[in-house]
Amino acid sequence: MARAISTNKKIMWTSLAWGFGLVMFFPILWTFLTSFKSEATAIADPPVWFLFDWTLENYTAVQERSNYPLALSNSIIIAVGSTILGILIAVPAAWAMAFVPGKRTKDVLLWMLSTKMLPAVGVLYPLVLLAKWLGVMDSRILLIVVLMLINLPIIVWMLYTYFREIPGEILEAARMDGASLRNEIIYVLTPMAVPGIASTILLNIILAWNEAFWTILLTTVDAAPLTKFIASFSAPEGLFYAKLSAASMMAIAPILIMGWFSQKQLVRGLTFGAVK
Amino acid sequence: MATQHSRAAARLMITPAVFVLLVWMLIPLCMTLYFSFADYRPMRATFEPWIGFENYGRFLTSSAFTSSIVTTLQMVGGILCITIGGGVLMALLLDQPIFGQGIVRILVIAPFFVMPTVSALVWKNMFFNVDNGLFSYAYKALGMQPFDFLSQAPLFSIIVIVAWQWLPFATLILLTAVQSLSSEQLEAAEMDGAPALSRFRHIILPHLSRAITVVILIQTIFLLSIFAEIFVTTNGAFGTRTLTYLVYQRVLESQNIGLGSAGGIIAVILANIVAIFLMRIVGKNLDT
Repeated sequence: MARAISTNKKIMWTSLAWGFGLVMFFPILWTFLTSFKSEATAIADPPVWFLFDWTLENYTAVQERSNYPLALSNSIIIAVGSTILGILIAVPAAWAMAFVPGKRTKDVLLWMLSTKMLPAVGVLYPLVLLAKWLGVMDSRILLIVVLMLINLPIIVWMLYTYFREIPGEILEAARMDGASLRNEIIYVLTPMAVPGIASTILLNIILAWNEAFWTILLTTVDAAPLTKFIASFSAPEGLFYAKLSAASMMAIAPILIMGWFSQKQLVRGLTFGAVK
Repeated sequence: MATQHSRAAARLMITPAVFVLLVWMLIPLCMTLYFSFADYRPMRATFEPWIGFENYGRFLTSSAFTSSIVTTLQMVGGILCITIGGGVLMALLLDQPIFGQGIVRILVIAPFFVMPTVSALVWKNMFFNVDNGLFSYAYKALGMQPFDFLSQAPLFSIIVIVAWQWLPFATLILLTAVQSLSSEQLEAAEMDGAPALSRFRHIILPHLSRAITVVILIQTIFLLSIFAEIFVTTNGAFGTRTLTYLVYQRVLESQNIGLGSAGGIIAVILANIVAIFLMRIVGKNLDT
């Protein structure tokens, strides 16, 4: 039964919601605007809103800084690499738990989740020590492995919830028709699993891209991704807002767009199915 | 129904994931545990493998520990209050019939996808900065003395930054919960003449309680390890040193590995207390 809603009420709710929405979004909007200003306009008091000489000089300036391209490529390699590695390990595990559940499946799943709750500082020094000992400190491979490990529980968990939604009858039918386990996976399961895997990949790239504990503490220069690049971004006070904004926009824009596409997956991936 | 063959295959498929996580959990954690009983200060070339519980005693009785716990509680508590309170309001608001709901939703959740170092630096410089921050300009425009947020109210400033990042998360989850509320029940209450406030208290809030619990637990686990925001803004100074940050400083800055490791183990134990509650809820949901 649809309720009749007065237009007045709707306008009131709309303006209230838009007001809140804009307040939340404002820091990003302001960063966006500032990134197109000259440094002098960026700190103008009173602030200049839209009417200024829009310039791309900050974007060029940031890109010309020697380590920006390196940081960007590190971010991409680490986020994508750790996600792919995680998916390769998680898909078989999640598949097995979803379709051949055993007595201990639930315990294994919960135990995996519990590893996610281990505070990073608890293992900080051993990791630094091991990394130095293996000679992989400040290397991309180290970060790929570490970020894969901290996100693996989420990957397994998300895939598990997606796989469980695939009706088991279809698999049984395939089995009756004499499909081998391998064929069952390749021809029956994979096509149905693709959307779930895709959203898992998306959410994990976001999480890996924004991870800012290990990426800061385990890198110096060579493997430093954007999180670290931005953290070390400093210049004389007040003279660098526009460039800081440009660097920030370049660091967050791709993920913002991916994030908007993955709203639903976010709830699923980060609540471990506790909220439906 | 599952054959012997497929069972064996399944076990084989789970093995790599279990194995890497087991290694990841056990080796570094055992090392931390081992160091926590040692006097290990590499910069002074001190290494004594067993000094008993001395590190724990020193860590737990230091004033730095007590104040870090207070700071952690204030920070996590403050952020939780803002995100839960704001999240419930936002979720109810977004559930109303409004024009452009999809766009408002996008605006609201955007901060969650901003990387922590970016949001910390943007807030620190472009909003909180006493000379050139927007807040200072606003204070001046109103004829007031600019307020130096990061040195006068550093803890509050960090709470604002982190709450801004996590409010979208709370909103999104609570919105999911609000939307699963049956509208018939609400309408019935409305027709019976129940005022809005009591509808909220007796119908909406009980319905949301589970989701709120989940948000609190998940956020607490993530918030206990806030790092980048502190690293970028105050570097742990001015009473913003949380337990996580204290351990980081002991381990990497003062290179007192034994003491830091004892702190690390304490952090693990505290996080586990929260985790147990969360796991119980998640585990219950797995059965259904």
